[in-house]
Amino acid sequence: MIHTFIGDLGHFFAIAAFITGLFASFSYFKATVAKDLSKAASWRINGRIFFLVHAVMIMGVVISLFYIIYNHYFEYHYAWNHSSRRLPVYYMISCFWEGQEGSFLLWMFWHAVLGSILIFTNKFWEASIMTVFTLVQAFLASMILGIVIPGLELKIGSSPFLLLRDVIDAPIFNENPDFVPEDGTGLNPLLQNYWMVIHPPTLFLGFATTVIPFTYCIAGLWLKKYRDWVRPALPWALFSGAVLGLGILMGGYWAYETLNFGGYWNWDPVENAVYVPWLFLVAAIHVMITFRKSNTALKASVILVIAMFVLIVYSTFLTRSGILGDSSVHSFTDLGLSGQLLIYLAVFVLLPLVLCILRWKDLPSTEKEVSTYSREFWIFIGAITLCLMGFQVLLPTSIPVYNSIIESFGGVSNVAPPTDQIEFYTKFQFWFAVVIAFLSGTGQFFWWRKMDKKQLLNSLLPPVIISLLVTVVLMEWLDVYNISFIILLLASVYTVIANGKILIKVLKSSPKLSGGAVAHIGVGLMLVGILFSSGYSEVVSLNNTGMLISRQLDEEFNRENLLLFLNEPKTMANYQIKYKGERLEPTESDGLIHKNDITKIDAFTAVATKDVFFEGRQLYNKNDTIPIHGENIYYEVELTSMEGTKYNLYPRIQDNPTMGLAPSPSIKRDMSKDLYAHVVSRLTREDVEWSEIKEYEISPKDTFFINDYVAKVDGLQRIFELEGVDLTPNDVAIKGYISIEGEEQEYQANPIFLIKDGLVGRIPGEVDDLGFRITLMNIFPDENKFVIGAETRQKDWIILKAMEKPLINILWIGTLVLMAGFGVAVTRRYSEFKKMREKGVE
Amino acid sequence: MKKSHIIALLVIAVAVFIIISTAGDASTYVTFSEAREIAARGNDNSIHVVGELVKTSSGEITGILTSSDKLSFSFDMVDENKEVQHVYYNEPMPADFLRSEKVVVIGSFHEDVFVADKILLKCPSKYQETTVNAGI
Repeated sequence: MIHTFIGDLGHFFAIAAFITGLFASFSYFKATVAKDLSKAASWRINGRIFFLVHAVMIMGVVISLFYIIYNHYFEYHYAWNHSSRRLPVYYMISCFWEGQEGSFLLWMFWHAVLGSILIFTNKFWEASIMTVFTLVQAFLASMILGIVIPGLELKIGSSPFLLLRDVIDAPIFNENPDFVPEDGTGLNPLLQNYWMVIHPPTLFLGFATTVIPFTYCIAGLWLKKYRDWVRPALPWALFSGAVLGLGILMGGYWAYETLNFGGYWNWDPVENAVYVPWLFLVAAIHVMITFRKSNTALKASVILVIAMFVLIVYSTFLTRSGILGDSSVHSFTDLGLSGQLLIYLAVFVLLPLVLCILRWKDLPSTEKEVSTYSREFWIFIGAITLCLMGFQVLLPTSIPVYNSIIESFGGVSNVAPPTDQIEFYTKFQFWFAVVIAFLSGTGQFFWWRKMDKKQLLNSLLPPVIISLLVTVVLMEWLDVYNISFIILLLASVYTVIANGKILIKVLKSSPKLSGGAVAHIGVGLMLVGILFSSGYSEVVSLNNTGMLISRQLDEEFNRENLLLFLNEPKTMANYQIKYKGERLEPTESDGLIHKNDITKIDAFTAVATKDVFFEGRQLYNKNDTIPIHGENIYYEVELTSMEGTKYNLYPRIQDNPTMGLAPSPSIKRDMSKDLYAHVVSRLTREDVEWSEIKEYEISPKDTFFINDYVAKVDGLQRIFELEGVDLTPNDVAIKGYISIEGEEQEYQANPIFLIKDGLVGRIPGEVDDLGFRITLMNIFPDENKFVIGAETRQKDWIILKAMEKPLINILWIGTLVLMAGFGVAVTRRYSEFKKMREKGVE
Repeated sequence: MKKSHIIALLVIAVAVFIIISTAGDASTYVTFSEAREIAARGNDNSIHVVGELVKTSSGEITGILTSSDKLSFSFDMVDENKEVQHVYYNEPMPADFLRSEKVVVIGSFHEDVFVADKILLKCPSKYQETTVNAGI
């Protein structure tokens, strides 16, 4: 059955959201320009009501779409394309934003929440900022509108409520228009990760908040409140900087945990598209703070806040128009929204530009030359550095844009982004980071008091000397001999120490002001973490056996990957390493199941053949039925350190029928470094080739050797029941009991010899772990002898690649410290704004 | 000269340096025959070639050879000039490879063989399915 109602309802909500958004914007515009106070007030109430209805409509769209996904209405393209029946509820949430429409929706959802907060927290600014805010919101709502203007054949927006039969032209729909697929095509396996449940909402909250400082800035220019907009904008800019930064780093952390390239940052255009506006946002925050302190840099604040938001819109255009198609691995494909996105971009470039030109002359500025010994000067230099840093990333990321511009004018352009992106970006960003680190160490000293040359030297000398000492110690301890690494290390350590000194001082007098120092310590720590974890990342899975894994592969592969046969230990990076077999993941309990402890009924269900334990805990009793994640296989790899402590790694391979194989690493986290390992390849059952049968003629209790393993026949027994075979009294079935001494445990093989209706049948017994298949070939009861046939195959193996990431924890700790610093600053700036508002000024 | 002018000049200098260096490091999208010419000139810089996998008339992909251990593979690719070229890739086949609607290979010719260092895929699968099977 096709549930058309919910889709129609959702579509109605989407259209209503767009219209109410426009009305809200118009009402607020009227409220802002109205001369008459009572008129302004009534327009404002109109605006509020429209916004409220708008917010309810957005919630309606969200709920409708989630309802469709949650109830598996696969007649809808969105549900079919992004979800499947086996997906747990928490990943259904990720399906919601896997698609382009859903991610717009997520963005709008945050806007609805933020808009409500703005209405509640503002008095003076409400009408003016909400005019811009709701205009942005209306633009976003138009992206999911999904209506076609008749006559023009102009499609506006892409609705997430399209029926499958309307999107896809499959023959089945001609025969049966009401056909509903049994199951969806599922969520991309790489997105089935808990970080993908929380990273996108965080990132989009960051995206959504960037509009707030922009609205204040525009409102300030519009109402000629040139100096006043900064105060309310600042706490939001800081909040946005924190959340966007956190969102970016969560994305990096997800990549680190889920993708197997071994890093957290890849300079992919999609990553760059968020990184650049964030840098500008941070630059804007700095100049805004300068303005609050000393009334300078107002023009710079205006320019940077506008530039930041324009870059947000530009990055939306880059990632969603399909223009990055050839250069990014994970940009969205074009949904036919590029035209709309271009209009959106044009409006938000032109609108502020015109406003700036009109107001530029009125903007107050200081004519006096700033002193080199003033904080304004150094903060300004810092902001410029951040902008250049962003510019350097923006330029190559936009290469596909130049190509299409040139091509739209009939030219030919075939410029491609640099091939080794990591090397290319690093060579610039590295030195920018050095400058930023030195500046954020030194800048803080100016922050606190006026300086002259002598004072500066006096207060800088102690931290410089301490930093030099600490750097030398670290160099010795961590073997840093590369000159550029030494410089970055020094700069980062200096930032941490200089800001640490200031922090101690500030904590004594006024802890509320400590945000800046804390944030800069965070930056310093992050740089140290990045320097070591990336600069000194080292492959440790070195093949030192002198044997090649495969002749067909290049030398580097053979050198840097470890072939591990089941239960055969090797050494790696001061560990003894041993592959211990495949593990399955139960859906309902936290732990993994040994493949030998269960029999699989189908791809998603297993039955325990014995009590199931995981790392000492009992998960299941014998004969329990266990639902499992059919796609995931984990490979248990045991590490034993020199001291004898053991640690298990469980790298995973997800075998998704539509997406193929997706390996995910397993990480052993130590204080000083991470050991990061993933399975490169494994033996698959289809590739198995059995050897020729080797026969042994033996008596009971005799021992014999199969592939160097000691095997013994414990006895034979006649059986009267055999699954799948109908035994008559004339038939004979004999079961052999053969035990084999493995490295880890004793294995049992039970081959069966069968005479049915005068014909001989043989059912081999298999020992999976050892790669044996044992057959009872023949029995000679008179001589008390029998013949056993053994076939062998290659034992189970995996190829593992492992890397060490030194001091990566410093990066994560630094991130948290940076966030804490932002948090302190937000609180402080917000309370400043509140104080002014309560005085009735704002 | 005022300090602000010095700063402005410095900023412009850095920006120009960035632009020049980006232009210098930028790669190009070429066809296989152009790539071969570039390699023949002794230039072993990596370049991008955009194309598709070779399909039979019934839509099956042909020309894929996987090494016995599945750790590397090679495939036929047809570029925008309809020239077919065999491409080697020294890594396991990426997930989604066979479903890609467009392939970008980044690499260069080594004698007569195009060796890809990196493969980018444009997959319809992640965001857009193109057909429904009645079976599923």
